[in-house]
Amino acid sequence: MAQVSMTVNGKAASGEVEGRTLLSSFLRDQLMLTGTHVGCDTSQCGACVVHVDGQAVKSCTMLAVEAEGADVATIEGQANADGSLNVIQQAFQDHHGLQCGFCTPGMVMSAAALLKDNPKPTETEVREYLEGNICRCTGYHNIVKAIMAASGQDVSAIAAE
Amino acid sequence: MYNFDVVKPTRIADAVKELSDSTESQPLGGGQTLIPTLKQRLASPDKLVSLSGIDEMRGICTGEDGSICVGGATNHATVAAEAGGYPALAATAAHIGDPAVRNRGTIGGSLANNDPSACYPAAALGSGATIKTNTREIAADDYFQGMFATALDEGEIITEVRFPVPEKANYQKFVQPASRFALVGVFVSKYADGVRVAITGASNDGVFRWTEAEAALSSNFSADAIDGLSLSGDDMISDLHGTGEYRAHLCAVMTKRAVAAAA
Repeated sequence: MAQVSMTVNGKAASGEVEGRTLLSSFLRDQLMLTGTHVGCDTSQCGACVVHVDGQAVKSCTMLAVEAEGADVATIEGQANADGSLNVIQQAFQDHHGLQCGFCTPGMVMSAAALLKDNPKPTETEVREYLEGNICRCTGYHNIVKAIMAASGQDVSAIAAE
Repeated sequence: MYNFDVVKPTRIADAVKELSDSTESQPLGGGQTLIPTLKQRLASPDKLVSLSGIDEMRGICTGEDGSICVGGATNHATVAAEAGGYPALAATAAHIGDPAVRNRGTIGGSLANNDPSACYPAAALGSGATIKTNTREIAADDYFQGMFATALDEGEIITEVRFPVPEKANYQKFVQPASRFALVGVFVSKYADGVRVAITGASNDGVFRWTEAEAALSSNFSADAIDGLSLSGDDMISDLHGTGEYRAHLCAVMTKRAVAAAA
């Protein structure tokens, strides 16, 4: 067992982990931050995307000990300080960017990473950025629309096909 | 996953020592292939030696001869963003996996694994790159030795990969959309002394050079030069995504596209 310490959503967090403990397991099972979902556990689906030092990563494919000293952000830290939804989360609600909601934490975290680097992405750029995030409900159109809206762009012309 | 210890040295020499201390130890790059492999219990090391804390193995620089040097622990996103001195290399890195995978996966990890459908082996072989390890320098032509096989010895670490910058180059990847690996990927580069064509995703022996196409393109660097050339599908990967014959056909198609797009 090894001691691991990191900052999660702005707060210090630490715990005892095995070498094989995944970051997703540490977040969910030890910190009880179950908003980070584990969909496929094979690095495909992106439901487990979190930010590590500002970079989107699949937390099911990173060892917890590799996040030692890192600044980790999860879906639980995304809402505004007063508890209201942030711009991306609100856009997902406004534009029906979710149905069952299982993929949504990963979608929101990927969207946040995209908009940080590329504040006004094109629709194509949004779709390319979401290659590693799988949604089985929506057909993606409204997710793309929500992210475009969250970036402050007019989405009235983006029709659901 | 079976359990293992993880150590995180900060110097190459310490990583080499950690690897030599145990016969069941294994280097950990970004883990984007190794961790899924461990989950499937296809490997059971007792110790992983993480290379992510070794600063001297990260980053991109330009060598005295103009070549682009990429540290072995540099992730794909960094190469995509910072290898502007070799645009075709940056573009290749920008289309590996997905954004989250590119933030973790490393060039050293990809080349050490030598997946037969990975992109970087095509870029390295197609550029005549030099793979630098903790003990020696290996020419790409000698490095790749078949599916998942390389010239690396046990405990040897890729510390840097050096790419001579060609006059023109391009990588064309026919994406297998579920895995985001190349169903077939072709890296074409034009140097003053000739053209190199390296193909990934197709052969049962992993990445290879298509020498007939290289000869034709060296005398006439145009897509037409490929007309009439073909590869046999007999020794090519055949699976539910495509037959060997289909992959052989794609090799020529993607080579033509790469030549046409080379800049």
